[in-house]
Amino acid sequence: MQQWLDDLIAGTAWLQALPTGLVYTIGILVACKLILLFSSLLAGEVVWLERRVSGRMQARIGPNRVGPQGLLQFLADGVKLLSKEDVIPATADRPVFVLAPILVYLGAFAAFCVIPFGYGLVAADMNVGLFLVLAITSIEVVGVIMAGWASNSKWAVLGAMREVAQMISYELPLGLSALAIALLAGTLNLTDIALQQEGWLWNWYVFRGPFAFAAFFLFFTAALASLKRAPFDLPEAESELVAGFHTEYTGFRFAIFFLAEYSAMILFSMLAAVLFLGGWSPGFPVDLTGPAARWIGFGILFAKTAFLLFVMIWVRWSLPRFRIDKVMYLCYKVLLPLSVVCVLGLSLQVLLGEVLWGDQSAFGRWLMGLGVHGGIR
Amino acid sequence: MTQVLFLTFGALALAAAALCVTRRNAVASALWLVVMFFGLAGCYVLLEAYFVAAVQVLVYAGAIMVLFLFVIMLLDLRKEAPGTAPGVPLRFGAVAAATLFLVVAGLCLVDADARGLFPDAAAREGLTLDGGAYAIGEALFTRWVLAFEVTSILLLGAILGAVILTKRRLT
Repeated sequence: MQQWLDDLIAGTAWLQALPTGLVYTIGILVACKLILLFSSLLAGEVVWLERRVSGRMQARIGPNRVGPQGLLQFLADGVKLLSKEDVIPATADRPVFVLAPILVYLGAFAAFCVIPFGYGLVAADMNVGLFLVLAITSIEVVGVIMAGWASNSKWAVLGAMREVAQMISYELPLGLSALAIALLAGTLNLTDIALQQEGWLWNWYVFRGPFAFAAFFLFFTAALASLKRAPFDLPEAESELVAGFHTEYTGFRFAIFFLAEYSAMILFSMLAAVLFLGGWSPGFPVDLTGPAARWIGFGILFAKTAFLLFVMIWVRWSLPRFRIDKVMYLCYKVLLPLSVVCVLGLSLQVLLGEVLWGDQSAFGRWLMGLGVHGGIR
Repeated sequence: MTQVLFLTFGALALAAAALCVTRRNAVASALWLVVMFFGLAGCYVLLEAYFVAAVQVLVYAGAIMVLFLFVIMLLDLRKEAPGTAPGVPLRFGAVAAATLFLVVAGLCLVDADARGLFPDAAAREGLTLDGGAYAIGEALFTRWVLAFEVTSILLLGAILGAVILTKRRLT
């Protein structure tokens, strides 16, 4: 980002007249605006996709009236929600009640600033990028608990507690499976992690050995759970419980919670694509770091993200909901031990691979090849 | 610019900390503490310690504070605590603790200054901070490895204690 701005300043005469700090500030604001537009518009489209896919899976049509194939449905929904009455309960804690949706949206949206959309297409190319994503998304939990408490309603408090318990628990396997990839990559910088996966398909981190392969599925499952997506959608479970922490929210404040949920879906799909599925690599050696080619890279990364989003929707409309104790059982007794095994296995793989073959992934690939060979036979 | 932002975040952290200890409502107190953590994280960012800032948000604001709020909500401390004026022993204790803190902090600053722990801009040039991840990892696993391991045993003890305290029946 800074590099890009420096180039821009060097190439444009009237920008040189302005103070550099001002140009940086404006540049950052523009980048934020672009990311905001991207995540919220795409979130709207994901809502549309969800409704169309669920329609298809239930042998009905779904929204197809507003715009081509119903693509502009989210605008109509937004206008509807904007024009609704904004109710704040009389006994609610007003400032906290108002602040909560903003905090939840911040947690879902701000993390996009370290996600590389393509080579160099990143707002803040930080060395602790991966860690920062996990940190920022954890802010969402604070927003949820504030919403539940400020509503001053027992349904909202109970809903917030269900949700917070689930999100905090699933943060552990999520963080550990992401850490497994950081072990393999030797860096937390997301651009570097994506760059290391260039080349052929087997360079993608998901194909670097059985532990990395397992880590991808652990990451995706834990992400589903921390996004409160079915089959882990107990915090809301609108068909059997009073809908969670946002029971007392109406109109656009409710819409912001909704938008935050879908933004977080996009965020985690994108993160999974960058961490495991090669980022912007198409699966064969091609240089996508040029000034024009990086937009092709963005297209490829976007396609992977869209696929993962589709899988999330697919899972939601295919699987029945878990019971709450089963959700917790799955987290602490299945996913958490498995992700610890992944971290240990990958450390061993990196160590053995480097000592014996001089390539940290060699041992893992050999194990994986053995598995595929056995499977074919 | 950086200086102004640093002072702003520092002031925010101090103000939030003051509000945290003066609120009568436990939840409001906890929420101000969250604000304080964010202010502190902002300070860390401006000191280019990005890793520590991320840890601050992830561990304190994202996990520990949420558990605090969880417990407060579970115990239903919605009502404000009765306002009793602190007695003489409490006041004496507060003054003593504050004095002790100031003395220790002052001694630390003087000592650090004497040992040259505040590098000037020229000395900082050569340092590769890298947001702190490598530097912290290296320090933790080489020089401070004993302290690190002892801390992990301490935490393990705390986990075991929590399990034993909450388990209804030990068989």
